[in-house]
Amino acid sequence: MKITVAHLYPDYLNIYADRGNIAVFARRAVLRGHTLEVTPVEPGDSLEPWAFDLLYVGGGQDREQALIAPDLAARGDDLRRAVDAGTALLAVCGGYQLLGRGYRGRDGSWMQGAGLFPLETIAGERRLIGDVLVEADLGEGFTTMVAGFENHAGRTLLDPGATAFGSVLAGHGNDGSSGFEGCRVGAAIGTYLHGPLLPRNPELADWLLSRALEHGGGDGDLEPLGDELERLAHAVSSGRAKARGGK
Amino acid sequence: MGARLNAETSAARLVGRLSRAVGRGGGTTLPGKLLWKVDPGALDALAARLPAGVAVVSATNGKTTTSAMLARILGRRYRLAWNNSGANLASGVASTLLSATDADLGLLEVDEFALPEVMRRVNPRVVSLGNLFRDQLDRYGELEHIAERWRVAVGALPPASTLVVNADDPLVADLANGRSGALRFGVDDPRLARPALQHAADSKYCVRCGQPYDYAVAYVGHLGDYRCPSCGHSRPPLDIAARAIDLQALDASVFDLVTPAGTVRVRLPLPGLYNVYNALAAASSALALDASLDEIAAGLGTFTAAFGRFERIDAGDRRILMLLIKNPAGANEAIRTLEEGGVPETLVIALNDRIADGRDVSWIWDVDFEPLLERVGKIVASGERAAELALRFTYAGFPRDRLEVIPELREALDRGLALVPAGGELGVLPTYTAMLELRKIAVARGLVRPYWEEVS
Repeated sequence: MKITVAHLYPDYLNIYADRGNIAVFARRAVLRGHTLEVTPVEPGDSLEPWAFDLLYVGGGQDREQALIAPDLAARGDDLRRAVDAGTALLAVCGGYQLLGRGYRGRDGSWMQGAGLFPLETIAGERRLIGDVLVEADLGEGFTTMVAGFENHAGRTLLDPGATAFGSVLAGHGNDGSSGFEGCRVGAAIGTYLHGPLLPRNPELADWLLSRALEHGGGDGDLEPLGDELERLAHAVSSGRAKARGGK
Repeated sequence: MGARLNAETSAARLVGRLSRAVGRGGGTTLPGKLLWKVDPGALDALAARLPAGVAVVSATNGKTTTSAMLARILGRRYRLAWNNSGANLASGVASTLLSATDADLGLLEVDEFALPEVMRRVNPRVVSLGNLFRDQLDRYGELEHIAERWRVAVGALPPASTLVVNADDPLVADLANGRSGALRFGVDDPRLARPALQHAADSKYCVRCGQPYDYAVAYVGHLGDYRCPSCGHSRPPLDIAARAIDLQALDASVFDLVTPAGTVRVRLPLPGLYNVYNALAAASSALALDASLDEIAAGLGTFTAAFGRFERIDAGDRRILMLLIKNPAGANEAIRTLEEGGVPETLVIALNDRIADGRDVSWIWDVDFEPLLERVGKIVASGERAAELALRFTYAGFPRDRLEVIPELREALDRGLALVPAGGELGVLPTYTAMLELRKIAVARGLVRPYWEEVS
């Protein structure tokens, strides 16, 4: 099958090697006989997100994020409609924050978000930086250990009843105190974890690919790959997080 | 309480000893680290005793090489207090100034983050700002934040100090906006343009209005001849330029150095356009320190690379070619150098994640390794994060059976050498701490001298 991907703002949001995540989607699709067609979307471009199987939003520096924020916020209703209809989504760091209701800066300023995820983010004093290990709960009893790297000043607060992406085993996560990391709405995942996230977390990559295939009308089944190098990298990365400890 | 009091008095005694050492200028090797901790103000006094003043060099990439070039140019004219060991934080600067008691001129390579503090204290005669690339975001934070700190530091710079900036870097060039006497250097040879901005290009958006720049020419990363189509902000006119550049593979870079004092043809025995930028920064600073064009051409013409940056090492009947990689922009240039000089059949690429390397290894995905992967025969991925490198290569389509994963550096080096036929050359691309360790292995085997015996 052909899996269609809309990559939002690749020229602006690419600070944490987001193209690595796209490369993982592409190769893992090809190895199963599928293809991945990636459409870059820049500010002002027309986009019907429900027409895509998978959406991707990366992270950027403060300046770049501010440049695209109004464009993203204006797409809020469209993005909700797409996710309601089963489009999969992965948003990392800045992209995750801006898909919430908004971002409150240190100076009290408010940057309007897209409102897809039920959360708000408030700038903190200290950046939360380091390796993270998260037990991700993707619903229907499927859990996977996810290893990544976080680097964010924002403290993200989930609304009551919101579903986190996972629970923090080591590292800071959303706010450094709640024990939550990221947020999930259906097949839409927002997370602070980069590294990039997917190369060493193949189960998560495949979960998103399966949801994307289902959106395209397929059964979502993916034959397993060896993932020897992926496991090796995961072991080192989660070891770093564990050495760092609980917070 | 007793222990603390004790510690304070012994620290105070030490400060006294240090201060006496400063006052009488007697030779001392006491570490500046402690001095910096207990009395940062001593740095001001140490700098003030240098009769020819202090030159400061900073940049994300090339500060070690630029200051080494400057040392080669100025070494005959001045006795230097130069932190050539790479200790480029305030404490390292203090150590250098403390131990160089008979120097005329301070030559300081300074870390980007430490720069404002050092600038404030040493009253520099010249400040050279080379470039800002994304680098170790876990440690330095975002480019804009570094640039903002630099902007404040430049604003407080006395009028008598000469500011030298890379005009080809929008963020850096803008720091000299409106400053009289500033020197702006850049490359002026469109034949050497990159076909497109690299993936990791950073300052792509106008520093004034946020619109994407039009690049007439992009040379290295986002360095080039830029113009904002919206507000017109553009590369300022160049005071010092490199023209008619002839990159001679791995052997040399030859170019016309065009300056207000005249033009001279320079033969720099180093590969890569990024080293032409380093040479321009060094030449501009040297001019500000009254060096002649002949001195500059001679200094650059006899330059040898700072250790590990670009180094050929004889290993019995084989050779090692070592190029440091430490961030996307730097690694891309190392790869471009190999492309131009011929990619070795076998490469050892080593990724560590210690503090000096950056604990966040995501940057390897921003490096354009693809031109190497198309040409290389076999890769040995090494270092503490070897598996991450291996994933970077396999997800780019590099065949698993031509890739070996050997985290231990000594083992990886031996395996790499074993894969190279007699008379051949092994390419080694290590991150900073991996480079130090590999070099230590080479020193232990008698292949190279330790760096502290090589410099000056």
